[in-house]
Amino acid sequence: MRHRAIHALFALAVLMAGTAGAVGASGKASTADHSKFEELAGPFDSGEAVTRACLKCHTEASHQIMQTRHWTWDYANPATGQRLGKKTMVNAFCIGDQSNEPFCQSCHIGYGWKDKHFDFTDASRVDCLACHNTGEYTKPFGFAGNPVTVRSEYPPGSGKFVEPIDLAKIAQAVGPTRRDNCGACHYNGGGGDGVKHGDLDSSLNTATHELDVHMDKDGLNFSCSTCHVSDQHAVAGSRIAMTAADPHPALLRGEKSERNPAACQACHGDKPHKESLLAAERLNAHTDTLACQSCHIPAFARGGVSTKMAWDWSQAGQLDAEGKPLQKKDDHGHVIYDSKKGAFVHGQNVTPAYQWFDGRVTYTLLNDTIDPTTRVPINVFHGEPGAPNARIWPVKVFHGRQPYDTERNTLLVPSVGVPNDSAFWYNFDWPKALAAGAEATGAPFSGKYDFVDTQMLWPITHMVAPKEKAVACQECHADDGRLAGIEGVYIPGRDRSPWLDRLGWLAALAALLGVSLHATARVVTHLRKED
Amino acid sequence: MSHTTPMTRIYVFKRYERFWHWSQAVLVILMLVTGFEIHGSYHSLGFERAVRLHTLSAWTLLALWAFTIFWQFTTGEWRQYIPTASKLVAMARYYMFGIFVGAPHPYHKTALKKHNPLQRLAYLVLLALVSPIIWGSGLLYLFYAYWGGLGLDRWLSLEQVATVHTAGAFMMLVFVIAHVYLTTTGHTVFAHIKAMITGWDEVEEDLRATPEKTH
Repeated sequence: MRHRAIHALFALAVLMAGTAGAVGASGKASTADHSKFEELAGPFDSGEAVTRACLKCHTEASHQIMQTRHWTWDYANPATGQRLGKKTMVNAFCIGDQSNEPFCQSCHIGYGWKDKHFDFTDASRVDCLACHNTGEYTKPFGFAGNPVTVRSEYPPGSGKFVEPIDLAKIAQAVGPTRRDNCGACHYNGGGGDGVKHGDLDSSLNTATHELDVHMDKDGLNFSCSTCHVSDQHAVAGSRIAMTAADPHPALLRGEKSERNPAACQACHGDKPHKESLLAAERLNAHTDTLACQSCHIPAFARGGVSTKMAWDWSQAGQLDAEGKPLQKKDDHGHVIYDSKKGAFVHGQNVTPAYQWFDGRVTYTLLNDTIDPTTRVPINVFHGEPGAPNARIWPVKVFHGRQPYDTERNTLLVPSVGVPNDSAFWYNFDWPKALAAGAEATGAPFSGKYDFVDTQMLWPITHMVAPKEKAVACQECHADDGRLAGIEGVYIPGRDRSPWLDRLGWLAALAALLGVSLHATARVVTHLRKED
Repeated sequence: MSHTTPMTRIYVFKRYERFWHWSQAVLVILMLVTGFEIHGSYHSLGFERAVRLHTLSAWTLLALWAFTIFWQFTTGEWRQYIPTASKLVAMARYYMFGIFVGAPHPYHKTALKKHNPLQRLAYLVLLALVSPIIWGSGLLYLFYAYWGGLGLDRWLSLEQVATVHTAGAFMMLVFVIAHVYLTTTGHTVFAHIKAMITGWDEVEEDLRATPEKTH
């Protein structure tokens, strides 16, 4: 069953990469035709062989990549010093990487990271093709980030085979990064299209104007890197240390700046609304309290691909009458139960939640003590209501239910994806899977476990709607609107002084009553006189 | 409401004055209606349209006032608003008692003194108290985007300004209710309104004074 899913994913990847050619998503033609390079004539028997050929001309590329999080999956949070990065972080979806490397690392831009002994200094292990292929390149789950060059049975002994790909052909067609390159991993985080982010899924590859004004295939047709500008392979933008507020004018082309080029304000400035003089900059005044995204992304998962809103691992492991894993789907064909993973809740066109955010994010890590009596925050977006460095941001609130150590009150990473005796997907044995996970992470495990409710936040920043579709004023300027419960800001239409209202209406009522009585008295006395 | 006294017609409200009055009436009512929607008291136009209309009305009324202030001074009509204590008590007593028994109106309206003492006082309160409250808070509200640049954000909060503005709106609402009702207290129910439309009012003939204009 999983295999079908994997193949579907790859078929999708191939489809996404449909229009290969010398012209990249940037729309600019290259000065080099890589198909004419002798070095790329091939054949190549491994990804490393391709990389060695690339490095003959692009001499610094691997070294540059090695300085980045795309390579290290390791990151020190500048706000807290917390050691973050995919290598050691926990999430509320597929939970953790450690012990699952051969599976998860198909999304690492390297070759062969199958356990903690991976050599991060080997330049030939950098995977140039993952980001620069223009189609047909795949890194199947289970091969530790390696492409398959020889027909291989996977899982071993299953009788199912993964077909090889032609690396020479792929290498000769390389180009600048395109949406589908980034999307191959960033759309599919959490194990499938659109699962994690909610604002990133394969619908962006062929985005309409309605879905995203910048990526509109018939319009601006931006690639990810149009905003996420890179220098020496370091790509701008981070969801761990975000640019929550950027109260500055637009940057000029070529201007030297430490600002984040991926922030809206880098191009649009912080006062982007052109309004009638009579409106006295009303909309622009909103930028002191709101992130651009709060109005301009009215809903996420708008492209027809659903995102996961909840994932309950505690229900995983139910088998059918024959003792085999099963899947259940809803009316739309979305998997709502999978024996390997548990139960899911999906969402499309989801209205985001909103909260103050100044860009600082902290995470609950494996060595942090949790309080299992409340919903455990996997991450917390910080920001003081009304603070000058904070803005009201749209977020996806994801609810998880995942294993934790009931004695130590710590989150646990299960071993799930690698076909062996301990992996949950192959033996449905939680104690074994959690013990194997703990062994890989190095965190102690008491052997006692249960499941705890968790929450994970995702910033919503892609899928920017046309301005006519921006969130309407009355969606926030109302009682019980989108910003109900948001403190630190006075919102006309939502906020008012109840005592003044009572007093004011009482005065108006008294005036009405007074004049009514007066009028009645006049009529009565007038009639009497006429009698 | 005695009709035994001979009546005469005088030209009380000049053309510009009538134009000013009715434009202002429409704008004030429009601003009350849209303002209370912005306030969240009810939903009809939608917040965005209410804000747009409210702002447009405000600018229009400001322009109207610019002309009106000019008119008041060039014509000397501003003197009509100088308060007087004379007959103030008599007017109050008339509205409280005399009006019910058909007592004569204690104030004799002329083109030079078109407002009775209670009216003068009411309009003065409107001009000197309610207007500054509404316009002061309203302009601050409108120009919220400029507070930072002017350093006003250190002294003011939107909540304070909005609260004061709302208080002013309630005062204006009470005024409008009383004002509209009092238009019915002429020698006939619609006499005052008719005067404000045509400019001509019928008053009891004052034999001591020569009518300024006759028909």
